[in-house]
Amino acid sequence: MGFDLPLFYLFAAVAVAASLLVIGQRSPIYSVMLLIASFVALAGLYVLLDAPFVAVIQIIIYAGAILVLFLFVVMLLNAPKESGGPWQRLAAGPRRLGAALGAVFAVELVWALWRVAALREPVAPAGMLPAEAIEPVRSIGQVLYTDYAFAFEVTSLLILVAMVGAVVLAKRHV
Amino acid sequence: MPSVTVLVHLGLVLAVFVLLLLASAAMVYAERKVAALIQQREGPNRVGPLGLLQPFADVIKLMFKEELRPGGADAVLFLLAPVISATAAFAAFAVVPFGGETTVFGLLEQPLKLQVADVNVAVLVVFAITSMSVYGIVLAGWSSNSKYSLLGGLRSASQMISYELPYGLALASVLVLANSLSLTTIVDAQAGYWFGFVPRWFVFLQPVGFLIFMIAGVAETNRAPFDFPEAEQELVAGYHTEYSSMAFAMFFLAEYINMVTVSAVATDLFLGGWHGPFLPASLGWIWFLIKTSALLFFYIWMRWTLPRYRYDQLMQFGWKFLLPLAVLNLLVTAAGVIFLGL
Repeated sequence: MGFDLPLFYLFAAVAVAASLLVIGQRSPIYSVMLLIASFVALAGLYVLLDAPFVAVIQIIIYAGAILVLFLFVVMLLNAPKESGGPWQRLAAGPRRLGAALGAVFAVELVWALWRVAALREPVAPAGMLPAEAIEPVRSIGQVLYTDYAFAFEVTSLLILVAMVGAVVLAKRHV
Repeated sequence: MPSVTVLVHLGLVLAVFVLLLLASAAMVYAERKVAALIQQREGPNRVGPLGLLQPFADVIKLMFKEELRPGGADAVLFLLAPVISATAAFAAFAVVPFGGETTVFGLLEQPLKLQVADVNVAVLVVFAITSMSVYGIVLAGWSSNSKYSLLGGLRSASQMISYELPYGLALASVLVLANSLSLTTIVDAQAGYWFGFVPRWFVFLQPVGFLIFMIAGVAETNRAPFDFPEAEQELVAGYHTEYSSMAFAMFFLAEYINMVTVSAVATDLFLGGWHGPFLPASLGWIWFLIKTSALLFFYIWMRWTLPRYRYDQLMQFGWKFLLPLAVLNLLVTAAGVIFLGL
């Protein structure tokens, strides 16, 4: 398909630009909207990778459900526009910590990109998984409930704990 | 000839777009006529024969109205909100098949599938786009800078999130039965009859799932008796209080198209889509039209019959009854598929 490459650059550009603008915004509502744009662009990239299921799940869960809650909270708290640049708002300690964390992530990112560039062959050749390519949902489900069952269950337990915690904290004041 | 195929597909896209617009016009007319019938009135009867041109007169009136924006409203988001609503409404229908393959009475060499985009995860795409449409309403509520709009927007956010869960679980039970995520495959799994006369529709295997889907569908489209985001008596008009002219028309349009989409998806999932007796396969879309219209009539009928719930009742019903019922329904369905081999 001749459209794949331009579409890739389009989605990638939107994702990167929107993500950068998320942290550059003063108004939290705009930040949430830009984050949605970034997630939708990511979903576009998944479609280009022939993973429509992952793309749709990305939209349903992140763009559709989680960010609605973000928006809900931002609207409910009526968070005001932030004043001043991002640097003036932070004390010296958090600023240094942030810079150190940023440096660590930058090193990690460069290392990961270098590793990918060193790979001359695709991780899974196109002809290797014909059966799984047809039924991506089935194979994802099977792997999730067999090989990664422990991680899957631990994650759901984590979410349950968070839910119970939220209810306990909120109920105290009712 | 690829160029002809591309042209035919563009034609199909345009046709679906225009048909959706006409369907919403028909829905506006039907809503007013049925409401009149139920309330023993005449309904629209001045514009055109039987008042049939009333929706077009409404649109022309809306177009010539002044576009107002409240002071202090967020200009960008205020304009973006109706666009998101209308776009999501149109986009969701793109993956809904509304007929079998047809050659348009022999005009085309290759049979054409009556569906804009045959995606193999179509069911989830409809679900994803529906979950995005909430942003139009929430942003409209927030950006209007008005308390009624904000309350309407907040209500719609919590209502749509709450009812998305039973909606998705009802979808999942059908997916388990059909063993596929493609709407075309799901419809084809419902062809034929049991005992020679009972159609193999999933509504007979999934009566509870169908009920949950329709109830959640009504809540998702913000229709009575779940029309809290725009409850007149409490919130003036809810999230679109401050909208006028074509921006308002886009919300209006989105609401009606969403109803058409939910009914069309319900027809595909539970009522056998375009399969039915008496008609040849190429005219299956007529059956589809009949079934979808019946569901749409049900929507209107309900609006003019039932009073609005209370908001806390809506939440109680959604979380404490509908969601557990949907989970149970999914488990029973899965057990049935495994142990009975349905």
